[in-house]
Amino acid sequence: MTDPRDDEIRRRQKARAIIMALLLGAFVLLVYAITIAKMGMLR
Amino acid sequence: MTTVTATTDTALPADWRDLLALTKPRVMSLVVFTGLAGMLAAPVGIHPVLGFTAILCIALGAGAAAALNMWYEADLDALMKRTAGRPLPAGRLDRQTALHFGVGLAFFSVLLMGLAANWLAATILAASILFYVLVYTVWLKRRTPQNIVIGGAAGAFPPVIGWAAATGDVTLLPVLLFTLIFLWTPPHFWALSLFVRSDYAAAGVPMLPVVSGARATRRQIALYTLPMAAAAVAPWPLGLAGAFYGVAAAALSLVFLILALRVLANSAGEPEAMKPEKQLFAYSILYLFALFGALVVDKVLA
Repeated sequence: MTDPRDDEIRRRQKARAIIMALLLGAFVLLVYAITIAKMGMLR
Repeated sequence: MTTVTATTDTALPADWRDLLALTKPRVMSLVVFTGLAGMLAAPVGIHPVLGFTAILCIALGAGAAAALNMWYEADLDALMKRTAGRPLPAGRLDRQTALHFGVGLAFFSVLLMGLAANWLAATILAASILFYVLVYTVWLKRRTPQNIVIGGAAGAFPPVIGWAAATGDVTLLPVLLFTLIFLWTPPHFWALSLFVRSDYAAAGVPMLPVVSGARATRRQIALYTLPMAAAAVAPWPLGLAGAFYGVAAAALSLVFLILALRVLANSAGEPEAMKPEKQLFAYSILYLFALFGALVVDKVLA
């Protein structure tokens, strides 16, 4: 039988990992969009 | 600073909801709105992607300042009913995580603002975070009843940052918007502190009602409302905004003044009998939203 505390630690780690992955993905897209916008302003 | 009394379960990794709560999302909405209004009221447009990024940076900067505020004030928050359920005093988060989160978010928001918009906006954003954390939270809050008068400047920066992000400079209109929020902050917070006075007294925070009493606080609320209303209407006669904004600002400020006078006329000492104070506090939030909304509509109509 697993320790309920271990389950809670795993649940929190998993939730944070998913949020972090989503935020990093959003950040990459944002930097890409900023780059395109800046390049457009230079033309 | 004393240590937090609540036991922190440091063995558990922080829940992301508690990290989000550190940023005070409800306060952030007003900051974002005034920042956006400052940006939209500017005479030049900004690329939508860069404008979105600048507003995101204002929101993240405000979140960082709030997280550092909660990190420093965890001992005070534990003593007040209104704040005892926050992640740090409730023991759901350890202080080091909150500190790292706040500092990291602050650096990230300022750097991103500098790279996406301009370094003037980034510098003002950094100044506002430092002002809120060092001048208000660390220096003033526990020492003087003038804490929110001077500290209110921190919350007045967003429209200036929004304007600077769009234009790259700061002119009279953003300075007036800064002045408006600066003068709005004392009546807003003093109305709140009147009906949560016992909380502040229990925590030893020298808010005006605790130090000078309810009567003096009510008088100060009414007195601050006058220059606040003048700052709100000023862009119209100065030719910086049109008649739509001017009439809206005058009408909204008149209602604010009437509510402030009702607070002045109230002599109740118990929170249950402080309906005028609660009404003024609620209206003051609506007032700022409506005023900045009117500024943007006025710009669209022009």
